[in-house]
Amino acid sequence: MTAPLLSISGLNAVSDRDGGAPILRDVSLTVARGEVRGLVGESGAGKSTIAKALLGILPRTVRVTAGTLAFEGRDLLKLPARELRDIMGSEISLIPQDPQTALNPGRRIEAQLTDGLRMKRGLSAREAHGRALSLLEEVHIREPERVLNSYPHELSGGMRQRVLIAAAFALEPKLVVADEPTTALDVTVQKQILRLIRGMQEAHGTGVIFVTHDLGVVAQICDTVTLLYSGKVIEEGRTADVLASPRHIYTRALIAAGPRYDRPDAGLTPVPAAVFEELRREIAAGGGR
Amino acid sequence: MAELALTTPTPKAPSRAAKRLRALASEPKVIIGGGFILVLIVIAIFAPFVAPKDPLEQDLMAGTLPPAWVEGADPGFLLGTDDLGRDVLSRLIFGTRIALIVAFVAAGLAALIGTLLGLMAGWYGGWADRLISRLVDIWMAFPPVLLSILLVAVFGSGVHSVIAAIVIIDWTRFCRVVRAETQAQAQMDYVTAARTIGFSRLKILFSEILPNVTPVLIALVSLEMGIAVIVEAILSFVGLSVSSDTPTWGGMIAEGRQIIYEGWWVLVAPLIALFATVLAFNQLGDGLRRALDPVMRR
Repeated sequence: MTAPLLSISGLNAVSDRDGGAPILRDVSLTVARGEVRGLVGESGAGKSTIAKALLGILPRTVRVTAGTLAFEGRDLLKLPARELRDIMGSEISLIPQDPQTALNPGRRIEAQLTDGLRMKRGLSAREAHGRALSLLEEVHIREPERVLNSYPHELSGGMRQRVLIAAAFALEPKLVVADEPTTALDVTVQKQILRLIRGMQEAHGTGVIFVTHDLGVVAQICDTVTLLYSGKVIEEGRTADVLASPRHIYTRALIAAGPRYDRPDAGLTPVPAAVFEELRREIAAGGGR
Repeated sequence: MAELALTTPTPKAPSRAAKRLRALASEPKVIIGGGFILVLIVIAIFAPFVAPKDPLEQDLMAGTLPPAWVEGADPGFLLGTDDLGRDVLSRLIFGTRIALIVAFVAAGLAALIGTLLGLMAGWYGGWADRLISRLVDIWMAFPPVLLSILLVAVFGSGVHSVIAAIVIIDWTRFCRVVRAETQAQAQMDYVTAARTIGFSRLKILFSEILPNVTPVLIALVSLEMGIAVIVEAILSFVGLSVSSDTPTWGGMIAEGRQIIYEGWWVLVAPLIALFATVLAFNQLGDGLRRALDPVMRR
């Protein structure tokens, strides 16, 4: 295999607000071309921090202290702002979490969908319009002309998320960062959106980092998965392998804790306190996984 | 994958302009307020043709004649005459000129300055925000009417100084509101999304945030026009606006005050004009905000 598309190694980050509390501890992972890498963990595990670091939108209070984010061999953390701006949007793009607020309420879909095409690819208004139409068709939106002419509030949540997916793939990026793109949607729409992202990713050969807290979603869409706890990589591997034979007790407990729709009477099994004890010990020891 | 497609059972969308016009037309406040202002503008432009008499022509023999519907009136003077025998209606009509010029120019300039500073403070934060916000705080500590009188006294009287005084005092209104609105919009995900496509900060400010600040801004400009009309009237009232050979509503109120027992109409007519104009500007502003806001629009 050739060099991976993205290779994160030894990434450490601290929060300046909490007196330098570590947010990421020595995180390493890779994404190959055309691979969907799941990034799983509970709130505060650091999965969104990794996504934000990749996109260069870390809050001011979070500081990366060590490590590299190598995208096609270029360290994103060391690139000058100008080059970073060239990469963002055209080679790395984002599918945001909340379709309610991720679209500008004051601008038409057409303007928002064609921003990148016109600015980064230099398309004329007409060319961009045609491209936007075919993008909307690709994400299975009927009446694309009408949607292009609409404001975000005139569309449903699922439609908006489709528009955002179309926008993320508009410039044929090599890597798409999906930041919990289905969390704000209801379950039936969720499934369609997951299938859509998978379909787009396969058609375009795009690498995807898929941030989620839902192992069920991981099972549906991800080739490989990285499990984080408190900023540390707990388990990593091919999705099927990890889910079938987890090595770490935390992973095992998490899988056991998932709701069983086939046995609703069984109730939910929380992750045992002993597992968290074990996790804390490991993190304090700073040993390998 | 055809089963994934979402249908939307809406008929073909009308054109943008038609949609916007319809939204405006369905807002009665816009129709009434805007209609009134439009009539005022026409009257101001064609004042020499609309006014029945020369507003400066004195006729001491016809002094303090009451309005046409009161006993002892001269039907030639619809709203009566003042103590110098000048036609009140004609003076009222010529007075709209100064009132509207001040309203539009002063509110426009105050909005321009206040918006630019407000956008900078709200978007860049840090020392820019601290500097601009402190400036606004200090500015607002001055009593506005006294400050405007002081400013006009320094600049010398005339329309230009009145406009300058209003702009210097009232840019803070725009600055504060625009700053707060910019800060609120800057928290939205679409701003983050714009950053991830690699937009520069300046471009995000003007093409993403400004359009969402505009509805509030339009309402504010309209309110400010009403305020400018009042401030101009105050300055004319104390004799600091234009020279007394140009009729103004404030000047008429000042003249009317002196002869209120002999001819109440000289005071009441410009007061009503002032009241109606300010009300119209406020209603127009409110209606425009509703009609132009893409989220509130249904």
